[in-house]
Amino acid sequence: MSFVVAEDIHQSYGPRPILERVSITAEEGEFVSIVGASGCGKSTFLRLLLAQEVPTRGEIRVAGEPPAKEPGQARGVVFQRYSVFPHMTVRDNVVAATAFAANATGWLFGGAKRKARADADTVLARIGLAHVADQYPAALSGGMQQRLAIGQALSAKPRILLLDEPFGALDPGTRLSMHDFLMDMRAETGMTVFMVTHDLEEGFKLGDRVLVFDKPRWDPIEPEAYGATITYDFDARDGGIPFQNLTSPEGTNAAS
Amino acid sequence: MRLINLKPGRPLALFLLLIPFLAVLAAYGIASDIRRAENPKDKLLPAPAAIVETAQRLVTQPDRRSGKVLFWSDTLVSLQRLIIGVGIAALIGLVFGLLIGLLPYMRATFAGFVSVLSMVPPLAILPILFIVFGLGEVSKIALIVIGITPFLIRDLSQRVVEIPQEMMVKAQTLGASSLVIGLRVALPQVLPRLLQAVRLSLGPAWLFLIAAEAIASDAGMGYRIFLVRRYLAMDVILTYVVWITLLAFLMDYALKKLGERAFPWFGRDGL
Repeated sequence: MSFVVAEDIHQSYGPRPILERVSITAEEGEFVSIVGASGCGKSTFLRLLLAQEVPTRGEIRVAGEPPAKEPGQARGVVFQRYSVFPHMTVRDNVVAATAFAANATGWLFGGAKRKARADADTVLARIGLAHVADQYPAALSGGMQQRLAIGQALSAKPRILLLDEPFGALDPGTRLSMHDFLMDMRAETGMTVFMVTHDLEEGFKLGDRVLVFDKPRWDPIEPEAYGATITYDFDARDGGIPFQNLTSPEGTNAAS
Repeated sequence: MRLINLKPGRPLALFLLLIPFLAVLAAYGIASDIRRAENPKDKLLPAPAAIVETAQRLVTQPDRRSGKVLFWSDTLVSLQRLIIGVGIAALIGLVFGLLIGLLPYMRATFAGFVSVLSMVPPLAILPILFIVFGLGEVSKIALIVIGITPFLIRDLSQRVVEIPQEMMVKAQTLGASSLVIGLRVALPQVLPRLLQAVRLSLGPAWLFLIAAEAIASDAGMGYRIFLVRRYLAMDVILTYVVWITLLAFLMDYALKKLGERAFPWFGRDGL
């Protein structure tokens, strides 16, 4: 069985369907980009992967475990904003990745604290933030904050990493260097990644696959009558050539 | 140039700051002069010099009966009531604010109740407090607590709700339990808000303190003011009013500075 399995997912908010018949599988270590127009449910799908929401129908399994009901350590996440804790120093933000789950209070003491701080410093050196370890995130640039957010998420050793437009608020130059950084981190950890992005080019550049969310059925009188689903599942390896394949009408990935 | 774009320089800003204060003093001095020209023994607007003299007497001369300088013992008694009252209210506000803000079950149970409770006029139930708790310290502190706690709970629970959902989800993906999210994400983020809320509620707290002391007490600044009112001792009343104003201002300033010191990350842009 595949590492991530989403089976016949439907999600509605009240009477309004957002997602319909979404089925997808992903292997361990795959980088899946998710693109689509605004309001086509790609962020909803990410929230479902994150277990921040539970689908009205269908289920999502990661590593064969039962479907999660709430976010947990199996899933790491980086949002466009608010992904780090503003009241903690840069180092403490990384330490939090171990401290939060360590005991009932979320504080580490003694040897465990020293070890976590040393580990955090290793992480910070790796992501190039060692020189600002004692500063608060507000003093960091947007790119540095997102690097910290990614380092923090990976420090908790999740099974899959979910990125919700992580570079959407960054300027183009910073964005390019963040791409390199993300690819390096991925090569090191072999992490399974799902990334929602507005930027097609970014999706193809980083992803092994690019999923396109769109509404296959459209009611001109009531545009909200139908939900979105995965309409294309591109193979984006080797620059997207020559392994493209269309999804079957049911929305299942014909290649898997 | 448009008025909205005209800004005073630093020395001018300082001067402008002083103008209203000086204007009030000058207006008082002139009014006092006019009244005393008609009647040198006028009690309503005593001369500024007379007030300073009274103030000096108040802060140095011990009371003949008790041997204490009443001005300082009044200050001490009132401050003690105020600080205990505000402290208790802040603690209750913080705990319930966090619980209501974080836990949907607590919100469903208490949010409506607290918003109704905050509409009860505290002074209207002061008689009940006197009947239940007697005329001692408890009823006065209780009035302050009852007066400002609902506001604190509502304000803080709202601040907790306003913490970005992203941060709550992030904490969960790092393995934090509800307790850990409360202690390490929500609590540190609302502490600076608590200071702000306490600063805002200091005004009402003083109001309730003076009211309770005026009605039934045997010490305290509110008691003293309402006692000497019988003798039209404007000089004493004004001295106390200025002193209370100064104390309130200093408390507000101290809380502001404490907030800046203790939470250097708060209120800065970039996140």
